[in-house]
Amino acid sequence: MLNYIIKRLAIAVPTLLILIVLSYILMYAAPGGPFTREKALPPQVIANLTARYGFDEPLWKQILIYVWNIIAHFDFGPSYIYKDRTVNDIIAQGFPVTLRYGMIAFVVSALSGIGLGVVAAINHNSRLDYAAVGISIGAQVLPNFVMAPILVLVFTLWLGWLPGGGWEGGEWRYVIMPVIALATSYMAYIARITRGSMLEVMTSNHIRTARAKGLPMSKVVLRHALKPALLPVLSFLGPAFVGMITGSVVVDMYFSTGGIGKAFVDSAQNRDYAVMMGITLLVGILYIAFNLLVDVLYAWIDPKIRY
Amino acid sequence: MKHLLLTTILGLSLATPVFAEKYGATGEELAADQAYSYYMLDSAKSLDPNLASSVEDADIIRSLIEGLYEEDAAGAIIPAGATSYEVSADLTTYTFHLRPEAKWSNGDPVVAGDYVYGWQRLVDPATASEYAWYMELAQVVNAGEITRGEKPLSDLGVTAIDDLTLEVKILAPLPYFPKMLTHTAMFPINKKAIDQFGGEWTKPGNYIGNGAYTLSEHLVGEKLVMTKSPTYWNAASVIMSPITAVTINDENAAWTRWVAGELDRSTVPTGQFPRLKAEYPDEVSSNPSACSYTYVINLAEGKGNAALQDVRVRKALAYALDRNIVIDNILQAGQIPAYSWTPGAMDGFTIPATDYAAWTQDERNEKARALLAEAGYGPDKPLTFTLNYNTSEGHQKIAVAIQQMWKQTLGVAMTPQNFEWAVHTDKMHAGDYDMARYAWCGDYNEASTFLDLWTSYSGNNDTKYANPAYDALMKDAKTMADPNPNYTKAEEVLAADMPIIPIYHYTQVRVVRKDIKGLPTTNVLNTWYAKNLYRIAQ
Amino acid sequence: MILSPIGMLSPIDMSALTARLATLDEVKGRSLWADARSRFARNKAAVAGAIVLVLCFAYAFLGQALSPHTFDFTDFKIMGHAAELGRPNWSNGHYFGADDLGRDLFARTAQGTRISLFVGVIGAFISVVVGTIYGAVAGYVGGRTDQIMMRIVDILLAIPFMFVLILLLVMSGQSFLMLFVGIAMQSWLGMARIVRGQTLSLKNKEFIEAARAIGVPTFTIIIRHILPNLLGIVAVYATLLVPEMILIESFISFLGLGVQAPRTSLGALIAEGAKTMTYGTLWQLAFPLFFFVTTMFAFYFVGDGLRDALDPKDR
Repeated sequence: MLNYIIKRLAIAVPTLLILIVLSYILMYAAPGGPFTREKALPPQVIANLTARYGFDEPLWKQILIYVWNIIAHFDFGPSYIYKDRTVNDIIAQGFPVTLRYGMIAFVVSALSGIGLGVVAAINHNSRLDYAAVGISIGAQVLPNFVMAPILVLVFTLWLGWLPGGGWEGGEWRYVIMPVIALATSYMAYIARITRGSMLEVMTSNHIRTARAKGLPMSKVVLRHALKPALLPVLSFLGPAFVGMITGSVVVDMYFSTGGIGKAFVDSAQNRDYAVMMGITLLVGILYIAFNLLVDVLYAWIDPKIRY
Repeated sequence: MKHLLLTTILGLSLATPVFAEKYGATGEELAADQAYSYYMLDSAKSLDPNLASSVEDADIIRSLIEGLYEEDAAGAIIPAGATSYEVSADLTTYTFHLRPEAKWSNGDPVVAGDYVYGWQRLVDPATASEYAWYMELAQVVNAGEITRGEKPLSDLGVTAIDDLTLEVKILAPLPYFPKMLTHTAMFPINKKAIDQFGGEWTKPGNYIGNGAYTLSEHLVGEKLVMTKSPTYWNAASVIMSPITAVTINDENAAWTRWVAGELDRSTVPTGQFPRLKAEYPDEVSSNPSACSYTYVINLAEGKGNAALQDVRVRKALAYALDRNIVIDNILQAGQIPAYSWTPGAMDGFTIPATDYAAWTQDERNEKARALLAEAGYGPDKPLTFTLNYNTSEGHQKIAVAIQQMWKQTLGVAMTPQNFEWAVHTDKMHAGDYDMARYAWCGDYNEASTFLDLWTSYSGNNDTKYANPAYDALMKDAKTMADPNPNYTKAEEVLAADMPIIPIYHYTQVRVVRKDIKGLPTTNVLNTWYAKNLYRIAQ
Repeated sequence: MILSPIGMLSPIDMSALTARLATLDEVKGRSLWADARSRFARNKAAVAGAIVLVLCFAYAFLGQALSPHTFDFTDFKIMGHAAELGRPNWSNGHYFGADDLGRDLFARTAQGTRISLFVGVIGAFISVVVGTIYGAVAGYVGGRTDQIMMRIVDILLAIPFMFVLILLLVMSGQSFLMLFVGIAMQSWLGMARIVRGQTLSLKNKEFIEAARAIGVPTFTIIIRHILPNLLGIVAVYATLLVPEMILIESFISFLGLGVQAPRTSLGALIAEGAKTMTYGTLWQLAFPLFFFVTTMFAFYFVGDGLRDALDPKDR
């Protein structure tokens, strides 16, 4: 296993390089650039900007310089739109925000989702099952752009319990609504995958044997069924975790949290190349790391798994 | 020149502190809470006056740094960093006398050299400022050459005669030159801040300004906080503090948060103005704004849609577009229907009487049908073309409604095409479109900021419209004592050629708490200064 | 009822298996489906879901014909006065009311539902086919193949999806087809990861090892033995994908890259309705949301019914 992990970490480097090159090509191929303005900039201004940010170099050289600056100086470049900020500044401000509400949303959605799924599965086709499924479908089909205004309407305007937006360093009152808006649809996924997987496991031989032996249901579920049933849930949770901690543009926009979910979409729309590359790299590194963690956990769930 | 000096004197009297401790400018009793928070659609992009480019940036920088002159509630200039100026007889040399008591937030006095440094830094190719062209537009000697790297910085036509005297040389007489000084691009900069912190100088803690406020917090996407500066020369008159600018990217969320009491000033969601105005008559308002909304037509040879090269077709489309529906049924916030390009709110400008402005919509429709038939389009040869617009609910609604107008009155098949903003803009600049949505906001309070756009030599003329008569009118206007007759003639030429279809002139809708005073309502550039605000006791 | 060999084998049956495998495959193939059909028909919720789904499809495809208005006709009298004049009304033919531009919401919801169902079903279908095969191959073949295939997935997960879409749509001139391609390109990644995880575990099961031992070719093992055992989880995930595709489409529309106005989609209608829900035009949110929720419930019960029916172990 240790060998495998080392191999995976080694392969991460070329994977990230490919990611950088592909993203660069995509960015440059898309129409518009960081200096596209509705009031077109005069040619000499464009020329000065191009020279200042090194856009006059050929693409391959820009990529090399970019990679070198990361390796040598941990410098991910400046923002071409937020001109007095660097990519490091932007990530340093925005990532802790999304990390915080994303982590909480992850815990909330994983616990409630797995709970709902298990309850639904062991009461298959009963009212409890339908109720759990109803909740999960409801949570999924109420997209966060509907959920966010409803939450504000209820908790801010009617009840006056929570502020309608802002972050204030992640004070709890500011975190609740972003967490709910983000967690619900993930919870729905987790609940449904857990339920489906649990149903399969419950009909497998060793669970039937355990139940035939007269073990109480709770023990059967906790000791025997839950662990194997979590395998597909885990496959989902890896990328989902990354999705949550890198934030959601709707949550960031609606609640003014200042997270990188919004920064990412902004950078793409503004063609703020370096910011976009920086966040893409962050997301890439997180995907690689958490998909590796998931693969390691597979082996814990099913010790027979070999890579 | 006379009226400028007059406003200078008037401004002086206004700027003296009036009972700032307890009472506002008109003597009302002040509330204990003087914190102010307002909504910004987007975060400030840069707080460096040389790098700033957005309205949000300018709103904040005006509180942090003070230029030579600033605007009063109506948009006329009043002294700020300068106390007065003289102009040479040939109208090309300006001498500004700086305020001796003005200080930077690090305690240094503000000297003429700070202006020289700021202005040179703006045009320095190494700064790569997006507003470098502004100095050239202001005709400051050698501005363009320096930006192009053809001359050294020291050749810029600005000199510090002594610490309190600044001399500026411009290329030719420019009646509105002093007006251009209120722009953040023309602000002084403290060299020490830049030498010490480099690109980090605009961060809270590093920022050195000479304005009424200092920067305390700047969280992109969340908020920006400024507090009253004790070193400001007129600190005694500054009432409100702290000032919080809250970023809310969604106008409905911004409205909700105002209702929830989290903001003093916010916006009114599109289309909801009449209803919310009825609900909050004292708080909701709509004020004219120096922006125009238009559909531009691609007239470049060999590009665009051949049918639209025919002026009759363009006129037919312009006539059949019912602007009142766009304004009364979609935007609903007191916008002004546009039958010509420049907003009537621009200083000294009166909207010319274009012929079709006076007709009823039925008359326009009839004329439009006749023109289109004359051009050879009808049921057997329908006119088809595309309209590009960028992603926005408002643009989409307008496009869909206009598509239906043209379809229902003229039988024209226009296809609206939505593009992401950068793609839309790129296609326009590249001339890859038939007709496209466009909007323009003035940079200074004078009609040429609008009309220069459609000259054949303008870098922003994406229609590629070229009429020598129009160019001549605009060129001549530059040196005329009263250029307004030329502007009116230029508008008439524009209406005859119809390279663009003007749709409406903007208004700025906002909702402000009743107890907030000092926010200007008649400044068309929407320039406001936090230091003039105060909250009265209720 | 014939016992399916899958999952019911104990190690003792190993010798019998080798003899039975070859013949059983065909027998199982037919009986499994017939069996599934009858089990599906007995599941009331699933049948009800199927009926509702048929009704929703009928509305989506025939709704525009039933309305006296077309989906893009703007009534200038209602435009801007939707809150007062645009209420749902039988007499003027605006059964679901009108939107802010005075367009008939009944026709628009029908048109939007049709597009969204297309996007949802086709998007989910592509992701099921591509994701399942990709994941099963990566998981089963393993080793270097798995490494490369899954690192490709990692890269595609991280690559800025928006730019892929912008490029696709710019190059194709806003073609509707490209929207499917774009959505499908992104959506199979999650499926591939889940299927691979399941396959990793499945491939060590006795019956697979047995099949391998008697020399059944890799491809046949994947098709005959791995895929059928994945059906349950794939069906669950597929029903989750349908609403996800519909919502992704609305996000893409939010960026201005999706369905072109005056056409609309369920997601776009819901987004529009949600914006104005406090301004007295709640029907603009209620009707599209009702159809979205209803079809999603129907899809779920059908999907769940299929899962139950296809699960070879669940009797």
